[in-house]
Order: sequence, then C-alpha cells, then structure tokens
Amino acid sequence: MADEYIIRNGQVYDPKQGIKGDVMDICINNGKIVSKVSKKAKEVDATGKTVMAGAVEIHAHVAGPKVNEGRNYRPEDKLFTCRATGANTHMEAGFSIPTTFRTGYNYARMGYTTVMEAAMPPIYARHVHEEIKDTPIVDQGAFPVFGNNWFVFEYLKNKEDANVNAYIAWLLHVTKGYAIKIVNPGGSEAWGWGKNCDTIHDPVPYFDITPAEIMSGLMKANEQLGLPHSIHVHTNNLGNPGNYETTLDTFRLAEGVKTNNKFGREQVFHHTHVQFHSYGGDNWGNFESKAKDVMNYVNQNKNITIDLGCVTLDETTTMTADGPFEHHLTELNHLKWANVDVELETSSGIVPYVYNPDIKVCAIQWAIGLELGLLAKDPMRTFITTDHPNAGPFTRYPRVFGWLMDQKYRNERLSTFKYSEKVNDATSLGSLDREITLYELAQMTRAGPAKALGLTDMCGGLAPGMDANVAIYNINADSLDGASIEKAFSAADQVFKCGTLVVDNNDIITETDKRTLWVDVKVPDNKQVERDVVMKFLKYYSMNLANYEVSDHFVPHPYVIEVDAT
Amino acid sequence: MDTVTLTMKNLPALYLEAETISPDQFAAKSPAEIGKLSAYMGNEHHTLGDFFEIAGNPGKTAADTKIVVTGDLSKVKYIGMKMTAGEIEVLGNTDMYVGAWMAGGTIRVKGNVDSFCGMGMTGGELLIAGNARNYLGAAYRGDWRGMQGGKIVVGGNAGSDLAFFMRGGEITIGGDVDVHVATHAEGGKIIIKGNAKSRVGGQMVKGDIYVFGEIERMMPSYKYIGDEQIEVNGTSGTFQVWIGDLGERHGKRKGETIYGKIYLKVKEAEEKEGSTRVSRKIKLTDAQMQSVSEAFAGKEPSVSNVKAFIQESFGIEMKPMQISRLIDEIRRKA
Repeated sequence: MADEYIIRNGQVYDPKQGIKGDVMDICINNGKIVSKVSKKAKEVDATGKTVMAGAVEIHAHVAGPKVNEGRNYRPEDKLFTCRATGANTHMEAGFSIPTTFRTGYNYARMGYTTVMEAAMPPIYARHVHEEIKDTPIVDQGAFPVFGNNWFVFEYLKNKEDANVNAYIAWLLHVTKGYAIKIVNPGGSEAWGWGKNCDTIHDPVPYFDITPAEIMSGLMKANEQLGLPHSIHVHTNNLGNPGNYETTLDTFRLAEGVKTNNKFGREQVFHHTHVQFHSYGGDNWGNFESKAKDVMNYVNQNKNITIDLGCVTLDETTTMTADGPFEHHLTELNHLKWANVDVELETSSGIVPYVYNPDIKVCAIQWAIGLELGLLAKDPMRTFITTDHPNAGPFTRYPRVFGWLMDQKYRNERLSTFKYSEKVNDATSLGSLDREITLYELAQMTRAGPAKALGLTDMCGGLAPGMDANVAIYNINADSLDGASIEKAFSAADQVFKCGTLVVDNNDIITETDKRTLWVDVKVPDNKQVERDVVMKFLKYYSMNLANYEVSDHFVPHPYVIEVDAT
Repeated sequence: MDTVTLTMKNLPALYLEAETISPDQFAAKSPAEIGKLSAYMGNEHHTLGDFFEIAGNPGKTAADTKIVVTGDLSKVKYIGMKMTAGEIEVLGNTDMYVGAWMAGGTIRVKGNVDSFCGMGMTGGELLIAGNARNYLGAAYRGDWRGMQGGKIVVGGNAGSDLAFFMRGGEITIGGDVDVHVATHAEGGKIIIKGNAKSRVGGQMVKGDIYVFGEIERMMPSYKYIGDEQIEVNGTSGTFQVWIGDLGERHGKRKGETIYGKIYLKVKEAEEKEGSTRVSRKIKLTDAQMQSVSEAFAGKEPSVSNVKAFIQESFGIEMKPMQISRLIDEIRRKA
C-alpha cells in the first residue's frame, strides 16, 4: 500500500480529466493517485501502451444464492475449465459461473477493480456477502432487490412516502446494500400466482399496484434519500418480441424527474441490459431490432443511463430474479430449470442457454447489443456489459470491445452467420461504420459507470486524490484491430488496485484486501416501519428478524458511504 | 500405420488419469517425448514414462498412429479421451472414461471397462469385448449432451444408466443391461441382445431401443401400438412397438408427433401361435387374484416371489412384465 510508483510515458485515457491519449506519467502513493512522487518510487515503463483507470462493472451476477445454485447444478460448466493452484492464486474453475476466486482474478486480469453484484435477495444477503468476501481483489457492492417487495407495495399503495424511505434505509442498512434494484417490478411477485406483468400497467395480483407505480415510487424515494446510485431497473417483458414499447414506456417514467444527490450523479434512472429490451416484431419469425428507437430516446433524455447486455455467442447460464422469464426460457430450450420463490421479497430462476450463431434469433440479439453501443451519442451514459452471465460471461468483454472498436472485425462476424442476410434485414448493424475509440471505451467502462454509481471522485478516473486503480494494456491507438484489442484487454500487463500491484506480466501476483461498498442512509426514526418489520417477521417470514441482518463479521472490509436524509 | 506399445511397468498406487494416451497426443512424437506426457495420480503430477515402458514409434498424424496398451490397466482411466483419429488397442481390463468425448478413430478393449466410457462421444468406434459398467455413452454430470454420434459395441453386459441423455449414434450390447436405459434420450439407437430390467426409456423424447430378450418391467408411461416386422442388426423378426415416454413433451415433424420407441422382440414360440398379443395375455380369474392379494397382503411383493407363487398355486407361467402389472393392480385395489 505504502509503495510509491511512477508509470512512465503511457498513453493515458482519462475522461474524468478529459485526457485523450496524451503521453504522460501517472504517480501513485499510499494507495492514491498523486501529482508527484519521490525519487524512491518504483518505475513502470508504459511506453507505447495504453493507461486507463481500473474499470468499473455496473451490472453483473457474480455472488449470491442464484449464482451459487448455477454453480451447483451446472458441474459441466467446470468441465475442462479448471486451473490448478498457482504460485499466487487459488484453484480456479468455471466458465459462465466461475468460482469466487476466478471471478476476482479474471476481473483483475482484465483491469477491472470495482464490480457491482446486480441482484441481492435481501433474505440471502448474508450469502451474497460471504461470496463477496471470498472474491479477491475487486471492490464490490450489491444491489438489494426492491421491485417485488411486500413492504414497498403496501407503502407505495398507501402513498406513505416517509415509510417507503425509512424501509429502504433500513433494508440497505441490514443487507449492507448499495442501491435500489428493480427486477420485473410486480411480475416476479405475480409469478407466485403463476402470472406475470407484461406491461408496466398490469396490476400485481392481490396488491393491486402497477409496475409503473412501483418504479415511479422508488425513483422518487431514491431522489428524496439522495442515494449515490439511481434506481437500477430491469423492466417488465424482458426477452419478448415487441417489448421495446414496454421499454420506452418505462423510460418515460423518468421524464421531468430531477436528480438530488451529493455524489455528482446526473441520472435518475438506470436501465440495465437494454439489448434484451429492444425487440420488435410479434413472434420469433419476424423478430427484429428496435435499437434505433430505443437509442433515439436515450440520446435525447439526459437523466437516464443504460448498459448494453451484449450477447457474446457462447454457452452460458442465464439467471435472474425475473422468475417468470426463466420459466418461459426453459419452455423454449428444454434445458434444466431452477426456480425459487424468495418469501416476501422476490423470486428467481436459472436456465443454461446456448447462444448459437447458427440460430437467427441469437445472431440478431448479438447485433442488437452492438447496435445500441454504436448508436449511443453519449458514451458517459451508455456502459458496456454482458449482464454476466446472462448474455455471456464477463470474460468476453475484450471481444465485445473488439467488435465495437473495429468495424472489420465485427463485419467478419456479421457476414459469417448462417443467416447473415436475415440478420442484416432485421438490424442496422451492417450499416454502422462507427468505431468506438479508446477514449470512448474509457467513458463506457470507467468514467461513465463510476459517475452513474456516484463514485466519480473515488474510481473510474486518474485525477490526483482518487483511488490508485490503474490498468496498463499492451496496445495503442496505432494498432487497434479486433484481435489485438481482444488480446490486450483480456490480460492487462499491469493492474494496480488501491496502489497495490495486483497483476504483473498479465497475471495475478497478489490478492490485496478488497472492500465492500455499502450505503448507510440516516432517516428520521420511524416507529411505524419498525413495528411493520417486526409484525411481518412474526407473521410471514421463515426467518427470525435477529438472524436477518448482515452482521459486521460478514463484511470484514467495509467501505461505508454515508448519506444524511434526515 | 505405425504402432506404439505401452506396457505397464510400475503399477500406480492410486488411479492414473492417462488422458494423454491418445493418437492425437502421440502423433509425430518420439518415444522419449511420449514418456514425458503428463498424467495425474491423485493430486500428484507424473508422466506416462513413470508407469509405462514405451516401444515403437507413432505415425506423423493421429490417423497414422496405433497405440497398443498392455499389462495391468485396471487402475488406468481416460484412455483415448477426446481422440479424433487412429487406433487404440487395450489388451485387458481397464478403468473409467475410456473413449470419453472421442470424435473419431477406433478403440478396441479386449477385456472389461468401468463406468463413464464413451461419455459424450461424437464419432468413432468404441468396441469392448467384455462388460461395461454404468453410464456407458452417457452425458457428463449435469450436461444434456450424451453420446451424439459414432458407435459403441459391447460383447458382454452393460450396467445401469446406459445412454443417459443420448442424442445420436448407435450402441449395441451383446448381453443384458441393468436399470435406466436411455433416460432423457433425444435420439440415437440402442440394441440390447439380452434382457433389460426396468425404467427403459424413462423421460425419453426421441430415439429407438431394440430389446431382443425380455424387459422385466415396462415403464407405465409407454403404450403398446402394435407389432412390426423389422430387420435390425442382421436379425429380422416380429417386434412389439411401444411409444413413450408419454409423460414428456414430444416434438412434431410433418404434423406427426415423434415419440421414443421401444421395439421388443416377440419370441419365435409365441409367433408360431399366430395369435395377437392381446389374446396371448394371460388373465387370472377374480378368485385367483383374490388369493394372490391375500398371500401378499401387508408385504412388499417382488416380481420373482409373485411369479413363483402363481406358478406353484395355479400352474400358470407369466412374464415378468405381466407380473409387475399385476402387482400394480393389486396395489391399486388395496
């Protein structure tokens, strides 16, 4: 930690400071970026190489009960993918649902230093944090799911704003959560009745509240509380032809909503894995891309951000708190299905999926993900993800970068599908000649997500005073072809995490102490909510309230972001 | 074709994971290089040369290479794993995973093999003179891709869970098989020259199973649809055709539903009677049924016990399958 480093002569890309490939030195001291170091500093030569801040993952499923159930019920994912214990590493295994160790190592190898777990069922928060604790190197936070929660439904239904806020503050505190995640609002609860909410105006059975009311209510609460991140949404009707209208309806909920926070965040609404939500047509036969319509809207509305959810054309494991969707999927591909109803909070499902390039729909999905990225006018509001592991494993990011940054590379793929012509008819990818630049890549994977998460002064940039998360890649603007991009970003030459050199010569050399980011909101005392929580636990929960809270020993390296909303 | 001979010289203390014994790995290597190929024993890293005497030279390509493995191979696993071409001859008994995920070439085993052989294979031939144990031609744990192509021939018997998740290719078993045949299968052809026990074709949605002997107990989710005169594996005869598994989803092709099919050979003596299957059905009288249920009241009746009881009491010879239906009937009435 105390080591001083100077990274010499790298081509630096830092949107935080507007640095676009200037050759300069980056100095590190005591875990932070500094403007200069003493003569004792160790030198790292980055001549001809690209230097960026450590990347920030805004949405991935990397820890918790459903990830672990995926590992449990897919032993074949570990077949031939094991790596024995190394000099500095534990044994690693798995491809789409890697072990916790491989998860941490592989993110670090790619130069990622902050990773958000996208869906934490509150009742299993302890499990999530146990896995986070076991995932080396990367800083992590987890988003508890709120979109199908009985407390939320009842308070929103009765328009009890103060109670909504107090409950959110309480749940973030007891689960050591980071942000408000909403998955198929109302739909996952309706799944308990064997139903779903297909539009944002379908009422939830029994509770008689609509997904639109749930999302608007939580968005309002999020801004009243002033949380670092906005609400993080996976809307209704995921993965169905014609669902782009539901997506646009959802986006419109943010119109006129103003942001309120002290973290430099500008959006009030983040929509995740938009690729799965940008489908036209009304069946799989006339299925087509609506990326243009979706991105037109996103480009014009500055208070929303999105991430892509790019399909990588691999065999993977889909997993989401969207229980009804996973059932739909197993009916399509007839592969094994796991499903859980999580008491008063959510549901979830898991199904393996093979994105086969020879299948027209899979190839169109692939094209849509890239179209969204290439149509984005503001890379600070559009982030690259694969919704790991749903559209593909995160280890494929470098390949996605290659497709986005090299038109030839992506056209090679596009023209060699079994149904290339049909893919071209259904999407506009072939007509897009944009190539994402290294600077834009840094926006889409570093500065952008960090800002959206309210961490813009901590990570995703190289300004003095920020955490010294730095990645050095053996590539530069003169040699940006797809294959080289993929190779360079798969294994960074060096990676620093909070000033510690964790990756050297493309591999892990040490496991530094990772941190768990969580948000502690102070709200006025609320006896009503306290009583409601006790009553719900007595009446419905299978667990004792005393066993519910994630106590401190589950989070040995906390990094608490305090918010005062009193 | 050039031949390399591996002779066991030091018997491994634990089981040896010898997936490097494959023409693909050996091709164009010298005996010394072959000796340096890795082989795990427990968590220890060893080489083939630590255990085998290596003689002869391989060909330039896998297709030109023949490997003969000899000595006590009862503790050697994974021979011929993932091989794509060439030949392997195993002179004796060997352990698990022979020819697992093989895609081409030929493996001949003179003796018996253990479980998981021909797992997930996509092509080539796996010929076993002796017996094979469980999960022959099956899928890896959790996987849905069992044997997808190629051919497995077993001279003797096979164990349980034969062709679990089979999707293509052909398996012939000279002798009998244990329970669970072609569970979850979605294609492929299985010929069993001897007898099968129970749970044949459970959750099978597509594929054909031919049984020359008896099936001790047919799945209740299979339906008899008639007899057919067919030729299979050089033998022609009359077969009962059963479709199933009716508890599962079934795809359609050209408007017709595709089922898994079990072909059960009708014995020559029965054929000569010239009667249909229905008239051959032996039915007990109500009084006889009554005495059977009384005799086994409160007990767990086994097929063999009930069969013996009926033969002793009424002098009637019933087939095991009929007995098992009878037992079901008694249970329902109770």
